[in-house]
Amino acid sequence: MVRRHIISLLMENEAGALSRVAGLFSARAYNIESLTVAPTEDATLSRMTIVTVGSEDIIEQITKQLNKLVDVIKVMDLTEGAHIERELMLVKVKAVGVGRDEMKRTSDIFRGRIIDVTEATYTIELTGAGSKLDAFLEAIDSASIIETVRTGASGIGRGERSLKV
Amino acid sequence: MYQNSGVLVVYRKAVHGDSRIALFLFTWWQKGFLFFRMGIRKRPFYRDFLTKTGQNDYPLRSTNELIYCQFMEATGAEIVVRCLAEEGVEFVFGYPGGAVLNIYDEIFKQDKFKHVLVRHEQAAVHAADAYARSTGRVGVALVTSGPGVTNAVTGIATAYMDSVPIVVVTGQVPTPAIGLDAFQEVDTVGITRPCVKHNFLVKDVKDLAATMKKAFIIAATGRPGPVVVDVPKDVTAHITDFIYPDTVEMRSYNPVVKGHSGQLKRAVQMLLDAKRPMVYAGGGVVLGDAAEQLVELARLLGFPVTNTLMGLGGYPATDKQNLGMLGMHGTYEANMAMQHCDVLLAVGARFDDRVIGSPAHFAREQRSIIHVDVDPSSISKRVKVDVPIVGDVKNVLTDMLALLKQAKDRPDAGALNAWWAQIELWRSRNCLKYNKQSPIIKPQYVVEKLWEVTKGDAFITSDVGQHQMWAAQYYKFDKPRRWINSGGLGTMGVGLPYAMGVQLAHPEAQVACITGESSIQMCIQELSTCKQYRIPVKIVTLNNRYMGMVRQWQEFFYGSRYAESYMESLPDFVKLAEAYGHVGMRIDKPEDVEAALKEAFSPALKERLVFMDFQTDQTENVFPMVEGGKGLSEMILAEEL
Ligand SMILES: Cc1cc2nc3c(=O)[nH]c(=O)nc-3n(C[C@H](O)[C@H](O)[C@H](O)COP(=O)(O)OP(=O)(O)OC[C@H]3O[C@@H](n4cnc5c(N)ncnc54)[C@H](O)[C@@H]3O)c2cc1C
Ligand SMILES: Cc1ncc(C[n+]2csc(CCOP(=O)(O)OP(=O)(O)O)c2C)c(N)n1
Ligand SMILES: [Mg+2]
Repeated sequence: MVRRHIISLLMENEAGALSRVAGLFSARAYNIESLTVAPTEDATLSRMTIVTVGSEDIIEQITKQLNKLVDVIKVMDLTEGAHIERELMLVKVKAVGVGRDEMKRTSDIFRGRIIDVTEATYTIELTGAGSKLDAFLEAIDSASIIETVRTGASGIGRGERSLKV
Repeated sequence: MYQNSGVLVVYRKAVHGDSRIALFLFTWWQKGFLFFRMGIRKRPFYRDFLTKTGQNDYPLRSTNELIYCQFMEATGAEIVVRCLAEEGVEFVFGYPGGAVLNIYDEIFKQDKFKHVLVRHEQAAVHAADAYARSTGRVGVALVTSGPGVTNAVTGIATAYMDSVPIVVVTGQVPTPAIGLDAFQEVDTVGITRPCVKHNFLVKDVKDLAATMKKAFIIAATGRPGPVVVDVPKDVTAHITDFIYPDTVEMRSYNPVVKGHSGQLKRAVQMLLDAKRPMVYAGGGVVLGDAAEQLVELARLLGFPVTNTLMGLGGYPATDKQNLGMLGMHGTYEANMAMQHCDVLLAVGARFDDRVIGSPAHFAREQRSIIHVDVDPSSISKRVKVDVPIVGDVKNVLTDMLALLKQAKDRPDAGALNAWWAQIELWRSRNCLKYNKQSPIIKPQYVVEKLWEVTKGDAFITSDVGQHQMWAAQYYKFDKPRRWINSGGLGTMGVGLPYAMGVQLAHPEAQVACITGESSIQMCIQELSTCKQYRIPVKIVTLNNRYMGMVRQWQEFFYGSRYAESYMESLPDFVKLAEAYGHVGMRIDKPEDVEAALKEAFSPALKERLVFMDFQTDQTENVFPMVEGGKGLSEMILAEEL
């Protein structure tokens, strides 16, 4: 069954480490929906979250191939257990006339924050699972969207579940 | 006064009393040395890895325990060379250029390893690769930046596909010039990334020694593979303290070597319960030096064994229990047994598409599969397995043997006998027979005669094509590491450089390169290297004037339209060999084959490279054959055409 998976990994924070992961996905024709990476509290480590889509077999190969990369320390498929997923989105929208209030209301419903304002626009900050961000974009008039920026998902295990060296 | 600062390393025999060292250092202090810190590193034995007496070396003779005293401050270039010496490297195959001139200068000054100057960087990597394949030690190549690297890529990819441990040191433009489209700059780490086990760009000379150590560790352990160390020219000139670490910890790199005990127990029970067992042994048995354990296990159980192309020699070919190679050009009996077995023990083999044919067809028969591999990603990649065992094949087979010896059960003798009877029936098809009465030289005949003349004890390298398959089918390898060929990448041109690497590693051995007239031309320039270093390999060219393997596919699948597969304008190989200072022979008739081989391997020509140009049957094809996309048991056999 083809499913969406969120794979978290810890790797050495070294030049070229990101390109090894990206290269692996393209060389083996794996899907990559989003990829986020940043150093952790330990500056020698990078934490990466990859969202990918594939059958069980493919996901098994992906985790094995990731583990095989010499720079990779640990790999976890977050979707195998309880987890939390968050993504940040910034949306610049037209906000004029009656639409201006309407936009503010919709943003509030989605717990968005308006972080920049001009006479004709709002810039809204929204966090949540990818599906929530999608839902927000669905909810507003698509013609009013000027620009969207999304970070891609970050994920973490629920409760005691954690990915540590 | 000495201006040097750095680490002073005192080597002494591991005996008693460190007070003498202290005393000794004191005398040096009196001479004006300042010591900032001191520490003692234990080494099991005194190792004299430097005989060179340069300005940094101070032979000490005052006490009989102190052998050598040395300022271990070194340039990057010296560090590269010393690391190689420390690793016990015997040969470095390479080609110089601007970016590696500092390293070459250090090579000039040392005598710990021999540098072999090839005529093309591709050959340097192939030769290092063959050195590794035939000895089990890490092979080393050295090339310059830019075109040196791009020429080396084919060699690196070849080693990668067959999991061969090599370290390739590549020159790079100076660090400040990186990214500026500098002269002879390529992104080496980027270009080689998909075809190395790992690679490094060393930006700081302080990291150089540890990186070299890591490279050797990574190349040789777990699933072996090539590692590239890219060293910018300025780094080879920078100076730092040099101490070669005995080992380097890598928290992100810990290959699993011991098999899981629960899985081992399940596997052993499955083997004991088998009615139609089969052992499918691959290159991992050769790479992991586990031939002995494999033989013991198979004999203990009385099970049939098949080898992949890469596994040949991992189980003796002349042994009754060996069914020969399996796969696209495998024997009838091996492929049928593979398809119809009920328990399959796969060891160090990766269910390649040339081995199992169509996975869907393979899956039609019910069988339980035990898969032993050091690389988890080889397991359940193409074929679902029932008992995965991640670990080093030698460890795993040793543990399995121990469990088997303890077990009270034995395999069902009746069932095993019936299975063998079936196998013998398949074997009696005699699928490798060919026309021995032919007035034209049959390529199979040449290989069979070569086996006889060399008493089955030669190292055989090959190129890629029909000749490769005939070599695999008709030369019966009884020992591992004797069969050196490119299976995974299928690189034409490897044969001659492979033979060079093997012959240098085994100077007394008989080394033959079985090749085709097309493949040999892809690295023919190495005849010159062979001349320079007096490498007396015997080249056995099965000259069919065709890219035979291509022609065969065109005959079968493209209505005999031989598009661009005829080899026009071949050189006179005899004259060519002579032009390079070697011995050339042309053999046209079957009755001359044996005599030519005997002469080539005679004591009179022991020191000479002999190029034998056998004019073979142009129309001969390799059988059995499993067409792409077909099932293993759907072979085309010779007699069916
Ligand atoms: C023209 C041509 C025709 C070919 N026809 C055939 C054919 O008919 N039959 C055939 O078999 N091949 C054929 N090949 C070769 C084929 O393409 C593959 O290269 C080959 O089958 C792979 O062999 P292998 O499965 O033994 O794996 P290898 O490539 O040798 O891989 C070794 C496996 O063992 C593992 N391993 C390594 N070291 C250890 C260790 N210490 N412990 C445990 N595991 C370890 C590795 O992880 C890997 O999975 C052909 C190639 C060419 C060019
Ligand atoms: C570098 C490279 N290019 C192309 C091929 C495709 N190829 C495989 S076999 C072959 C023909 C080999 O001809 P020859 O060396 O004469 O051997 P023969 O098959 O005739 O024995 C070719 C072109 C290859 N394997 N390697
Ligand atoms: Mg040919």
